[in-house]
Amino acid sequence: MLFTSFQFILFLTVLFVVYYLIPKKFQWMLLLLASYIFYSFAGSKYLFYILITTVSTYFTGRMLNQIQSISAAYLKENKETLTREDRKAYKAGMKKKQRRWLTICLLLNLGILGVIKYLDFTIGNINSVLDLLKVNNNLPLMGFVLPLGISFYTFMSVGYIIDVYREKYSYEKNIAKLALFISFFPQVIQGPISRFDELKETLFAEHSFNTTNISFGLQRILFGFFKKVVIADRLLVAVNTIVRDPSEYQGVYVLVGMFFYAIELYADFTGGIDITIGVAQVLGVKLPENFERPYFSKSIVEYWRRWHITMGTWFKDYIFFPISVSKSMLNLSKSCRARFGDAIGKRVPVYIATIVTWFATGIWHGAAWNFVVWGLGNCLVILVSQECMPLYDKFHNRFHVQHTLWYRLFQVMRTFWLMSFLRTFDCYRNVPTTFKMYGTIITKGNYQELFQGGLMQLGLTLSDYIVVIFGVVLLLMVSLLQRNGSVREKLAAKPYIIRYATYFAILLAILILGAYGVGYNASQFIYSQF
Amino acid sequence: MKKKILINIAAVCFAVLILFLLQELFMPKYVSEIREGSLIEEYYDDEKDNDVIFIGDCEVYENFSPITLWEKYGITSFIRGSAQQLIWQSYYLLEETLKYEKPEVVVFNVLSMKYDVPQKEAYNRLTLDKMKLSMSKINDITASMMEDESFISYIFPLLRYHSRWSELTWDDFKYMFHKPKISHNGFLMRVDVKPVTVIPEGRKLADYQFGQNSYDYLDKMTKLCKENDIELILIKAPSTYPYWYDEWDAQMVQYAEENNLAYYNFLEMSSEIGIDFNTDTYDAGLHLNLSGAEKMSNYFGKILSEEFKVPDRRNELDTSMVWEKKADYYYTMKEDQLRELAEYGYLKSYGALVQNNDTED
Repeated sequence: MLFTSFQFILFLTVLFVVYYLIPKKFQWMLLLLASYIFYSFAGSKYLFYILITTVSTYFTGRMLNQIQSISAAYLKENKETLTREDRKAYKAGMKKKQRRWLTICLLLNLGILGVIKYLDFTIGNINSVLDLLKVNNNLPLMGFVLPLGISFYTFMSVGYIIDVYREKYSYEKNIAKLALFISFFPQVIQGPISRFDELKETLFAEHSFNTTNISFGLQRILFGFFKKVVIADRLLVAVNTIVRDPSEYQGVYVLVGMFFYAIELYADFTGGIDITIGVAQVLGVKLPENFERPYFSKSIVEYWRRWHITMGTWFKDYIFFPISVSKSMLNLSKSCRARFGDAIGKRVPVYIATIVTWFATGIWHGAAWNFVVWGLGNCLVILVSQECMPLYDKFHNRFHVQHTLWYRLFQVMRTFWLMSFLRTFDCYRNVPTTFKMYGTIITKGNYQELFQGGLMQLGLTLSDYIVVIFGVVLLLMVSLLQRNGSVREKLAAKPYIIRYATYFAILLAILILGAYGVGYNASQFIYSQF
Repeated sequence: MKKKILINIAAVCFAVLILFLLQELFMPKYVSEIREGSLIEEYYDDEKDNDVIFIGDCEVYENFSPITLWEKYGITSFIRGSAQQLIWQSYYLLEETLKYEKPEVVVFNVLSMKYDVPQKEAYNRLTLDKMKLSMSKINDITASMMEDESFISYIFPLLRYHSRWSELTWDDFKYMFHKPKISHNGFLMRVDVKPVTVIPEGRKLADYQFGQNSYDYLDKMTKLCKENDIELILIKAPSTYPYWYDEWDAQMVQYAEENNLAYYNFLEMSSEIGIDFNTDTYDAGLHLNLSGAEKMSNYFGKILSEEFKVPDRRNELDTSMVWEKKADYYYTMKEDQLRELAEYGYLKSYGALVQNNDTED
C-alpha cells in the first residue's frame, strides 16, 4: 500500500476514526493490528519474517534481562564476601553469557537480512569470479524478494537488543508491545529508525483527541504529499529519461540529472518522512526527526548530521563507536603509536571504524557495488576533509571569510554538488557507467544543447518545469522560515483566513498539480527500496 | 467555540464548492472533439418516454436514427450507446434506464460479446464518467476498471482529469455548466462519405468461443428484460469491420433460440436493407453515415412495428410536438454538416454552428 495511494488515505481515515472512538487502553493494540494489516498488503507471507525478528528479539531480551537480574542479585547478596577481582570475574562471565545470546540473536536477524538482501549479490560476484577463471558451473541465483521495510525493522530491533544488552533500558515484557515497536506501520517503509526508549513514551500511551496535534499532523502529511507528488514524482520522469539511456544523455545532461535527482530524492525522502511523522502525530505518537535542512550544510560531515539523521546516529552508536573503542582497536592504536608515532596511531582506529561504517552504510542502501562505491566515496571525502582541516583553518585565519554570506553560500553549493556527484552512483546503478558519465561532463561539450530544446526532451513540458520551480521555491522558503522555529506554529498564530487559505492552497496544489493517476506511474518512495 | 465551529463549516463548504467548480472545469467537454463522450449524459436531460431503447457500442449510436424511426413509424426511441461499450456496461446502463422508464423493446448489439474483460481506461471513461451516481454506476465501475485504475477517481473525476490544468481551452470554461446537444436521441450524425474499398478478412482466432463473463451478463440482461416484460432483441449492426465471424454468429443464433429471443444479423441483410457501402458509410465500413443510418432505421422500424407491435405515437399531440422539435434540430444539423462538407470538403465542426445556436436558446 503506497503512502500516496487512495487506499492508504482510506486506511488511515478508518484507523483514525476507530482509534479515537475505542477505549484508550486499546489504542496501542489497534495500532499493532493496523500495522500488521498494512504490512500484509505487501504480501502476507512477509509477515513471517517480521514475526521471526519480533519473537527472537523478544526472547533474547528476556534472556538478557534474566541474566542481568541474576547477576545483580548475586552481586548484591555477596557484596560483603566477594573481592573486587571476584566481582570482576563474575561480571565478565555473565557478560559473556549475555554476549552469547546477543550474538545468536544478531546472527539470526542480520542473517535473515543478509540472506534475503545480499545472497544473490554474493552469488553474482562468485559467478563473476568463476567466469574470470573460465569455470562454467555458475551458481544459481535465489531470487528472494525483499520484504517491506526489512532493513528498517531489522535495524530497529538490533538497536533495541544491543541497548538491552548494554543495560541502557530494561527489556519490554509485553511481546505485543515489542511487536508494535518493530512493525509500527508509518515508519516501516522508510524509517525513521527509532529507538525503543524514545518511541515507547508515546507509542504505548493513551491518547486523547488533541486538535492541535491532529491539525499539525495533517499539515505535515499535506506538505509531505506536496513534496512527493508535485515535485519528486514529476522530476522522476526527467531523471529516468537521463539515467536509463546513458548512451544518449551525456555531458550536460549528466549534470542536469544530478541536479534533478538531488531535488527529487530530497522531495521524495523528506516528503515520505513528513507523511510518516505526520501520520504518527495524528495518532499521538512522536517520531524522531530525520532531516534538518541538509542542503544548507556547509560540509559533508555536517550534511550527514542533517540527512537521514536516525540512520547516521544508528551507524555511529552501533558500528562506529563499538569498533573505534573496542579492545582490539585500542591495542592496534597502541602498537601503531609505538611504531609510527602519535599522529598515525590515533588515526588508525578512527580510519578503520569510519571505513567499516561507510562500507556498511553503502551496502545497507543496496546489494550492489555502486552502493559500496558510493559509501566509500563518502568516506574518502570525509577523511580527506578531516585531513585538510588545518589547511582550511589557515585559509580562514588568513582571509577571514567564513562568516561572509558569499563564502557560506559557496560552502553550501560546494557541499550540494559534491553530494550530488557522489549520489550519481545511486542513479546509474553501475560503477563503470557512472565513471564514464563523469568523464562525459568534461569531454562531451554539449552545454549549448540544453537551451536549444534539450530540456524539453526529458519528458517534462514547460508547465512541468514551472510547477517544479514553484515547488522548489516553496520548499526553499519553508526551509528558510524553519530556521527561526516551527512554520506550523507560526501559521497557527495567523488569522483564520490566512491559515485556511494556506491549507487549501497546498491541498489544491496536490490535487491539481500532483503527478498521480492515469498517465503517471505510481512510484514507490525511493528509500522504501533500501 | 460556536464561532470556531461555524468558521470550520464555512471553510469546508467553500473548499467543497471550489473543488466542485474545478471538477466541472477540468472534465473534458466532448463538444468539439470526441463527441461520443457526450452521449451518456444527454439521456438524463431528455424525455423518458421511449418505446425502444438501444444499448451497445458505436454500432448502435452511428447506425440507427431515432428521428427516422419516429418519422416513418412513430416509434419513440433512445440510443444509450457509447464508444466500445462493454456488455456489462450495457447491462448496467439498461438497469439504470429501467429506473427512469419502461420501454416495450430493448435492442442490444452483440459485437461486445467478444470482450470478456475490461479493455481500455479511455473507453471506460466515455461510458462511466457522466453516468449519474447510483448502484448501477458503482457496479458498472467495479466491473469495468482496469488493474491500474482507482475507483475513487470515477466518483471524483477531478482526481483523473487534474492534469488537464495545462491544456484547458476556452471551451472548458464555456461549456462548464451547459453544453450544446450533440446527439439526436443518442444518434451521432455524420453526413460525409468514405466508401468501402476492401472488406478485410478476419484473422484466424485461436478460440471463437465467447467468454463466460460475456454470457453471464447476456443472461442477466435477458433475465432483467423478462422480469420487466420487455422484449429483448439481439442484433448485429451492418458494419463490415470489426470482423464478425460465422462462429460468433452461430453462438448468437443458438443463444437466441435457447432463450426465445429474436436475433438479426443485419450485416447479412445489407443488400435487402439497401445499404450501399460506396455511399452509406463515412469511414470505409466501420460505421454508417446519415444516409446509411436512415436506411437501416427504415428497415428496422418496419420490423419493430410489424413484428414487435411497437406502437405508432404520431397521433399523440404532446409527443408529436416534442419529436417535431427534435426533427427540426436534426435537419438543421444535417444542413449545417452538408454546408461544411461543401465548404471545406470535410466536416470541420460536425455542425457546431447549430450546437452554438442551441446553447444560445
